[in-house]
Amino acid sequence: MLVITAVLAKTSLAGEPSPERQSALRNMLNHDCGACHGLTLKGGLGPALLPEALAGKPDDFLISTILNGREGTAMPPWQPFMNRNEAAWLVEILRKSETKP
Amino acid sequence: MIKLLPLLALLFSFNAIAELRATGDLGIVIEREDGNALIINTTEHKRLAKIEKLGDLSHASVVFSRDQRYAYVFGRDGGLTKIDMLKDAIDKRIIQAGNSIGGAISQDGKLIAVSNYTPGGIKVFSSDTLELVADIPSDYGEGLRSKVVGLVDAPGQRFVFSLFDAGEIWMADFKNPKAPAIKKFPNIGKQPYDALMSPDGHYYIAGLFGEPGLALLDLWNLDAGVKHILSDYGKDDEKLPVYKMPHLEGWAVAGDYVFAPAIGQHKVLVIDKNTWELHDTISVAGQPVFVMARPDARQVWVNFAFPDNNQVQIIDVKDLSISKTLSPGKAVLHMEFTPRGEQVWVAVRDDNQLVVYDTETLQEITRLPANKPNGIFFSSRAHKIGL
Repeated sequence: MLVITAVLAKTSLAGEPSPERQSALRNMLNHDCGACHGLTLKGGLGPALLPEALAGKPDDFLISTILNGREGTAMPPWQPFMNRNEAAWLVEILRKSETKP
Repeated sequence: MIKLLPLLALLFSFNAIAELRATGDLGIVIEREDGNALIINTTEHKRLAKIEKLGDLSHASVVFSRDQRYAYVFGRDGGLTKIDMLKDAIDKRIIQAGNSIGGAISQDGKLIAVSNYTPGGIKVFSSDTLELVADIPSDYGEGLRSKVVGLVDAPGQRFVFSLFDAGEIWMADFKNPKAPAIKKFPNIGKQPYDALMSPDGHYYIAGLFGEPGLALLDLWNLDAGVKHILSDYGKDDEKLPVYKMPHLEGWAVAGDYVFAPAIGQHKVLVIDKNTWELHDTISVAGQPVFVMARPDARQVWVNFAFPDNNQVQIIDVKDLSISKTLSPGKAVLHMEFTPRGEQVWVAVRDDNQLVVYDTETLQEITRLPANKPNGIFFSSRAHKIGL
């Protein structure tokens, strides 16, 4: 049983965030990220995060921007509140325009 | 018939009385996700009406007509909506830009100005008809246009605003609305992110994100230009991440002191208004967002950026210390004092509630439901400079 739990935990770490985390991350995206990037993600003080705006930007660059912020801009590092896997999931739903609950 | 007439007259007069509504104690609460505005009564703690379909209100602000009948809501998507608080209805609505951040009403109440990110600049409208009066693009060089922030009204039928990308402050004089006179103050500092007018209309102060300090414009002495103050503050300290830009709208002036949020530090700055030097700093629970004085300025209330946004701290101005920390709920976004400050309304976004506190006892009085509230604006703002 212990072994199974460990395997499950590992799977969820490498795959999609749990439904609870997805919901928390979506709320964070809409409201906390949305404070600068807009509730509709069309941009504000920060740039637009719509699929067409992100097209051509590599995943690694976007994930790193989320986790580490961007020097010289108002973008802060979100590393304390999410792991790399969760940042990657955010990039994925942004690209697919699946950000609303 | 003779018998009926007095009865009918009585009925009509009762009806008329029942329909009368005063607006001096009303307010607007923004529901950011749904794009709704609630009309509330601050005396009775009641929701009176819900005005729907106002677009993207993820960053919305509201000003009021001087007769306190109309509320003008500035939406993120460039929407400008004029709400009739007597009829619980939209009077007029336009989309005036692609991406917008805030607005102001002129000294005489006849003009509404909106500050825009895209396309950058301000647009000025008739408060009556919402017809365009003037369009002032924020061009600051060949092909360069700045986002505009910190737009306020100033005495003398003027609007003052800051150019985030250009690092400039502009003042537009609308005494002749058809030919506004614009005065520009360049090189005021890097990335002004918001600004405020002192409640007496004397000083315009912009907060800087791109460098330490603040930009100060003395409206009584425009020839002196913009003064850079507190340039040394926090220069050598590590800058903490800012998860939400502070707002300076409610910047608190209390006696000789101005209270302002530090940027990238969990502190409130106490600035001496006579010398414009730092008098003191007060350590607080997180990155301050709103730092607002109770109308009598005995207390200063502070809320915080993510992840400390479940708290509100109250500074006792008498000895510049924290007198209490409240936990109203998850994601406290905004606060608004009743006109004379006996109560304060607090918007708690993730708990979907408005919490009303007694500012003397600091006890909760009541809670009202509101879906993802992010801004509370009382009609008493109608008669305040800079709001």
